[in-house]
Amino acid sequence: MSSCDERLVLRLVRGEETALGELYDRFAPLVHGLALRVLDDEDAAEQLTRDVFARVWTDPGAWDPEQGTLRSWLGTLTHRCAVQQLRAACGDEREVAARSAAARAHHAVASLPDPLRETIAPGHHDGRTYRDTARRLGISDQAAKHRMRLGLQLVAGELAAAREGCRPEPVPVAGRPGP
Amino acid sequence: MTAPGRHEALRSLLGAWALGACPRHEAAEVARHLAGCPECAEEAARLSGAAAELTPDDPLDLSSALRRQVLDWCLTRRPARLPIPAWAGPYAAESAKLDALMRDLGPAEWQEVAELPWHGGVQRWRPAEVLCHLTAVDGYLARSVGLPDPLGGARPPLVGRRPPVSRVPEQGGPEQGGPSGVLGRTWALITAAGGEDPEQVRRRWRRQSHDLLQAASVHGGDGGVPVDYGFAVLPLRDAFLDRAFECWIHGDDIARAVDYPYPPPAPAHLRRLIDLGARILPQLLAARRRAQPTAAAAVPGRALRLVIDGPAAGEWLIPLDGAGEGAEPVAEMALDGLEFCYLAAAHRDPDRIPVGEEGDREAIRQVLHALPLLSRP
Repeated sequence: MSSCDERLVLRLVRGEETALGELYDRFAPLVHGLALRVLDDEDAAEQLTRDVFARVWTDPGAWDPEQGTLRSWLGTLTHRCAVQQLRAACGDEREVAARSAAARAHHAVASLPDPLRETIAPGHHDGRTYRDTARRLGISDQAAKHRMRLGLQLVAGELAAAREGCRPEPVPVAGRPGP
Repeated sequence: MTAPGRHEALRSLLGAWALGACPRHEAAEVARHLAGCPECAEEAARLSGAAAELTPDDPLDLSSALRRQVLDWCLTRRPARLPIPAWAGPYAAESAKLDALMRDLGPAEWQEVAELPWHGGVQRWRPAEVLCHLTAVDGYLARSVGLPDPLGGARPPLVGRRPPVSRVPEQGGPEQGGPSGVLGRTWALITAAGGEDPEQVRRRWRRQSHDLLQAASVHGGDGGVPVDYGFAVLPLRDAFLDRAFECWIHGDDIARAVDYPYPPPAPAHLRRLIDLGARILPQLLAARRRAQPTAAAAVPGRALRLVIDGPAAGEWLIPLDGAGEGAEPVAEMALDGLEFCYLAAAHRDPDRIPVGEEGDREAIRQVLHALPLLSRP
């Protein structure tokens, strides 16, 4: 059985305009948000958004399901293109590394598979418990707890990897008081 | 000390704890456990560090203009092999715009009540109930293109909240026809969705709208398949325009209730919606004459020239007595395209709407009063 990602990509390969619209609606906030974080310029971010979607639409077969979800692939692609563009425009390698790392934390969350991202996405927990989240998503309490823990473990792993790859400018991990 | 066997249970709570999403008594139990369990304390610190890095989602209110630009750019680079038919374009754009608005709503905004005027009264619904309504009526199209009816086994409720009594003559039987058929389906879905999270309601509506667009692109052909609304039958291509129109107007109703900006349809799309209204106007004039036998009888051979100003500018000749061929214009009426649509949606007073008039004033008055009959709940 093919995943939701695979069915969508199959429709992109077939040249279905509706699939292009669905791709945009699902991922435009991710692509545009990441581009804006790295480039810090609305016009440049919009142009990059255009270019990233055009790359996927003209060559949807470039996505390899073995390498990760469509979301994480698009996040990686956007991040790479944005950093390349920033590097071309700004010669300061330290600046490039700092902005790249800052976007990386965001990317770590944005690249999580939908079910995990939805449970840990900020803004949903203002005074609400995992039981409320379970009800919102139509899943069991047990599943909500599990997804929150797994999602945060993956983000923590990504952040550790980002710190490894960016020694001169370590991202400080602030402690957070317990609830 | 933690009771034997509680270690695993508390460990499974660490993610929720780090996010501050545990009920108070569980959070307190986790905190006590951490003091005596280095293994859990280490994980809790790591997960709290990750939770602290989470930043709010990116703003979802990307402009609908950017969506159009990106899609157009893609389609010039590689033309679609299965394009969205031109008659489904407005629905594709309006459903995407409404979805973007709904994804932006916070918990308090889902509780706001929107006012949805139509020519027979005003519906007052929360955003999720509006989505149930759109899902229910879009369901007429779903049935026509071989998709499941969203009502499934749900039937209009026998008890509980009943649709308000309509103030206009019914256009069909109470079971299926006219506003009561539309309202019956809507109440059935609202009842079936009772207690559901709005997010699930949004997803169901969005999935159906995606499926409808896919069906239109793949099997729609020229859009000639008849869609039976119970009180009227429209070809699929016009039904899609009707749904785009309602999607926009109700999106506008919700946006007003939650105080968000909501841009009008693109000019090319607006023009198609106006064209649908202009084509249906002769039927509305006839229906109005039937409902008011005292009104002046139709004089054959007369027409009204409708001049639309603004970005969707154009001209239409509206036969006033049903017979279209060779009718002569006896009056000219000029108004803005958006105002024409708001009047058709019964969101404007026909006696107060600003129009440029020339010729037979009574003919213009008839048309202005017939147009809101296009509206439904």
